Amino acid sequence: MFTIIYRIIKYGFQQFSRNSLLSAATVAVMVMALIVLLGINIFSFLTDNTLAVLKDKIDISVYFKTNAPEDEVLRVKRSLEGLPEVKQVEYISRDQALELFKANHKNDEDITQAIIELGENPLSASLNIKAFNPGQFATISTYLSNNSLAPIVEKISFYENKTVIDLLAKVIDTVQKAGTILAALLTLIAGLVVFNTIRLAIYSSREEIGIMRLVGASNLFVRGPYIVAGILYGIVAGLLSVLLTLPAVIFISPYVKIFIPEVNLQAHFFSNIHILILTQIGFGMILGVVSSYWAMRRYLKV
Amino acid sequence: MIAFQNVSKIYNGNVDGNGHSSALMEVTFQIQPKEFVSLVGRSGAGKSTILNLLTGELKPSKGRVIFGAYEVNKLSYQELPHLRRHIGVIFQDFRLLPNRNSYENIAFALEACGYNQADIDELVPQALEMVGLKDKAYNFPHELSGGEKQRVAIARAMIHRPEVIMADEPTGNLDPFNKWEIIKLLGKINELGTTVILATHDKEIVNNLGRRVITLDSGRIVLDEEKGKFVLV
Ligand SMILES: Nc1ncnc2c1ncn2[C@@H]1O[C@H](COP(=O)(O)OP(=O)(O)OP(=O)(O)O)[C@@H](O)[C@H]1O
Ligand SMILES: [Mg+2]
Repeated sequence: MFTIIYRIIKYGFQQFSRNSLLSAATVAVMVMALIVLLGINIFSFLTDNTLAVLKDKIDISVYFKTNAPEDEVLRVKRSLEGLPEVKQVEYISRDQALELFKANHKNDEDITQAIIELGENPLSASLNIKAFNPGQFATISTYLSNNSLAPIVEKISFYENKTVIDLLAKVIDTVQKAGTILAALLTLIAGLVVFNTIRLAIYSSREEIGIMRLVGASNLFVRGPYIVAGILYGIVAGLLSVLLTLPAVIFISPYVKIFIPEVNLQAHFFSNIHILILTQIGFGMILGVVSSYWAMRRYLKV
Repeated sequence: MIAFQNVSKIYNGNVDGNGHSSALMEVTFQIQPKEFVSLVGRSGAGKSTILNLLTGELKPSKGRVIFGAYEVNKLSYQELPHLRRHIGVIFQDFRLLPNRNSYENIAFALEACGYNQADIDELVPQALEMVGLKDKAYNFPHELSGGEKQRVAIARAMIHRPEVIMADEPTGNLDPFNKWEIIKLLGKINELGTTVILATHDKEIVNNLGRRVITLDSGRIVLDEEKGKFVLV
């Protein structure tokens, strides 16, 4: 048994090296397929993160009347925190609001002067609410427009942003759904292209396969080397796909940063490179092995 | 012992309505160990079909094909390799593995039978010596002449000491000199105790051998003679 495994591996390497042109062509096609896969991976990383960042930027602010008592406002905060849709509530007191306002306009003499002349704080306290999901803002805003709160609430910013938030929620949802379908489709096509290439390679070896069978080789001994070669295609193509994608990642990473400063593609790519290489090789090997195994079936029936 | 019992072979889609539909019809014969049998008959008579039935490459439409303890027509694809390790095959078009050199082509038959490396290292050079190709051991098939390729094929067919060697027109692509070299080799292998079944069109060879001849015509056996001659029917 050990001898046969040794021979299968040896002939697998031979199959790979002695048919160098065929192997190169197969690996090239596989590299392209795996780059598509890696591209999908990177694309989904980018959209996921962009969406997360965007989602995080969506919020509702409730502004309270300036005469609303602070403990009343804090009571509303606590009850909001009790809602399952609410991720986080931030309380900004009137004093804090003023501080912020001053800080934001510290270079504007007129405004600073006007505040001082006004003598009292004109700003309202507010609650800044973030939801787990943009679609949930509707529920939260319904809760807030509840009549019992009406006397102390000045305005809810959601109503101003409602159309934008609704649109964004829809866009996010669509992008994710379409992305998943597109990714599945592309993966399928890439897989089929690789399968077909390997099928052609095996087809060109069909006579050899027949000869081996006629000389008395078992199916295992005939098939084994082709499976090993399939594994080798996968390893080489997996490595190459990551190596070839690297420059592209380095190139586009700064542009991504311009759009979404929170997303660092390059750092993500490099910190996960071992996992990426392993998954790429894994995919390549599965493709190679399954294709070889499947494509050989009919030629072994002699 | 090899036996064909009422074997018929009808290829799919080969029925022409004139009764000449089958490649073999009710063929019955036996071959004893150590015989040297020539299968003759014009092109399309069914010689290759008989040999392919014996290796299990084809399944008979009717009848039984016996090889020693095996009933060939009943073997599955998993069982066929075991049968084939008792048979050495030689073809007109050589059928060497193109990506392996002479040494590796011959060694392959031993590897397929599960020989260990030490035995392979000992037997392959002997076989190369016997077919006179010691200096071409590391040449690939495309670097060999037709006669040399056929000698590699013979070495591969006999290296594991099969009980039977089957040769389907082994000299068809060779010049007269190489032809007789190959026939001499087959004779030598037969003398060492191996059954040889030779399918051929070659009148000269058959008459020269002076051994048993089975003559086929349109899928039927028309003559079966010890010390037969080549007769065109
Ligand atoms: N795969 C096939 N499908 C259909 N008919 C076939 C097939 N192989 C052979 N035949 C037919 O079967 C008959 C016998 O063929 P076979 O190859 O046994 O002849 P042969 O005696 O070996 O001829 P040759 O001397 O030309 O090699 C022929 O009529 C041939 O046309
Ligand atoms: Mg023939």
